[in-house]
Amino acid sequence: MRTVVWLLLVALIVLHQDFWNWRTREPLVFGFIPSGLAWHVGISLAAALVAALAVRFCWPAELEAPDGQDAGSSR
Amino acid sequence: MGWNSGQLAVAVIVGYMLLLLGIGVLSGRVFRGTAADYFVASRGIGPFVLLMSVFGTTMTSFAIIGSSAEAFTAGVGVYGKMVSWSGIFHSVCFFLIGVRLWSFGKRYGYTTQIQFFRDRFDSNNLGLLLFPALLALVIPYLLMGVIGAATAIENITAEAFPQTFPATKGGIPFWLGGLIVCIVVLIYVFLGGVRGAAWANTLQTLVFVVLGVVTFAVIAGRLGGPAAATRQVAHYNPAHLKLGATEADEAVFAQRLAEFEAGDSPIKPRHPHEIPALVFITYIFIPFSVAMFPHLFQHWLTARSAAAFKLTVVAHPLLMMLTWLPCVLIGVWATSAVVPETGAAVVPPDFTRANAVLPLMVNKLAPTLIGGLLVAGVLAAIMSSLDSQFICLGNIFTNDIVNHYLGQDRLSDRAVVLLGRGFIVGIVAVTYALSLTVPGASVFRLGVWCFTGFASLAPLVFAALYWRRATKAGAYACVLVAAAVGLTLFALAFRETGLQAEHEFLIFGMMPVALNVVGAAGALVIVSMLTQPPPAATVAKFFGPRP
Repeated sequence: MRTVVWLLLVALIVLHQDFWNWRTREPLVFGFIPSGLAWHVGISLAAALVAALAVRFCWPAELEAPDGQDAGSSR
Repeated sequence: MGWNSGQLAVAVIVGYMLLLLGIGVLSGRVFRGTAADYFVASRGIGPFVLLMSVFGTTMTSFAIIGSSAEAFTAGVGVYGKMVSWSGIFHSVCFFLIGVRLWSFGKRYGYTTQIQFFRDRFDSNNLGLLLFPALLALVIPYLLMGVIGAATAIENITAEAFPQTFPATKGGIPFWLGGLIVCIVVLIYVFLGGVRGAAWANTLQTLVFVVLGVVTFAVIAGRLGGPAAATRQVAHYNPAHLKLGATEADEAVFAQRLAEFEAGDSPIKPRHPHEIPALVFITYIFIPFSVAMFPHLFQHWLTARSAAAFKLTVVAHPLLMMLTWLPCVLIGVWATSAVVPETGAAVVPPDFTRANAVLPLMVNKLAPTLIGGLLVAGVLAAIMSSLDSQFICLGNIFTNDIVNHYLGQDRLSDRAVVLLGRGFIVGIVAVTYALSLTVPGASVFRLGVWCFTGFASLAPLVFAALYWRRATKAGAYACVLVAAAVGLTLFALAFRETGLQAEHEFLIFGMMPVALNVVGAAGALVIVSMLTQPPPAATVAKFFGPRP
């Protein structure tokens, strides 16, 4: 699953270069958002989704320590 | 009572400032009086407040004033340049850098970045190199906030005091608005420290996200609806609705210009603007600046647990979208908008003060009460970053310079806090004075340069956390190359463009940040490979299993 998340991240980077939208504004999504801008709003939404997958399947749980063990716990 | 929009804006500003001061007083009562509570809220902040404070800190006047200004200048492409890249890589940085730094901060008691880097690279003097570098980068960050806030206040309060301030058409002048904002933020930060800032940020983030959407809806409504507003842009400035300009766009520009010059149109079209592909892709480096923001590092350390970061990692791209999208559309609409009652252009022809576009749109199009409230949203975004930056400056000065060289036990906690406050006042005074000398500097351009500097230091923190072979000499090389390349390019850019909105400085057709990051990373890797590996004990401390 970690590999899938990394691949999705790479896919987002590639899809960010939406050269097919660069010289067109149509169609206007919801009647007012140019197609290129709407595409990038979609990238933002997809980024949140990939982040959710990373949190769910790749979270570094080993970084959490029981309270009281660390020098910073009591400060 | 018959107040005009400027006077209502003044009333809202006063009320909002009093509310922030009240939060400062309240958090001051919770303040435990220790340096740890003042600087890292005793590491007790939960996920929701962490999200609000991290997001509030990263959304500055760059996000509100800068975004609309750049959209007005160059079109919708600013969203792709900044927001969609940041939506991806801010979360990557929080996940890969923030959580790990929090973990080390808790394990070894760090309260600043410099403490971590000194320990990781076994180098006392690395702090002496990093301190001026970070300070030099935080000052322009502060400057963005002060310029953005003062510009917003001056334009939104237009007509409030026509007798008192005739030069600014009755608006609270730049010098006074900036001074008020600096003083109010200083007071509530002094009262409650980072806990006060976190609480204030929670309020302010909610305010600017909600009011940003309301601003958008109100302005869209006044322009006949969002579809009508966009159609207006398609008619007068079609290139602003995409990244690249076509021959058809040039023809439209020529035709609309002729109509304007003949007096047949209120809108003077803006020349079609093209964002080159190489510029669009090299903006990818800018979001990595968050990996080295000292004020963000400080917020990370306040987290109660590693799990507290999860909400921030997931929600950050969505909140960025909610904040930037309305501002980008308002900026683009401003190029072609007319006041419904008079048919006159909302933004005058040949208007060059791009920073003032959003406040101008609010002042001219929002009904008086709503316009008054919307100013709170703009100030919320700006002040929620200033407070964290002010505290961070005091933190790195007192902990990394005073305590480190005088000794931890030489001064009481109260003395440490007072010294920090004195330093903060000094830096804020310098920043305020700078703002008076360059009031027209583009907030967007200033922000990009500030982020360029921080991004060029990002290889240092990535290497510190993930590359056990990174050496002290490599760290020095990274910081020195980042500083040398960055200062050289900035000097060239300032000489060539004066940091004005209309001109984007490029090097070899790319954003300067690309050269800066690659150069700093290259220096780090090459020098590390040529120098002695770090001690085994250091490697075990940061890469070994938890004892």
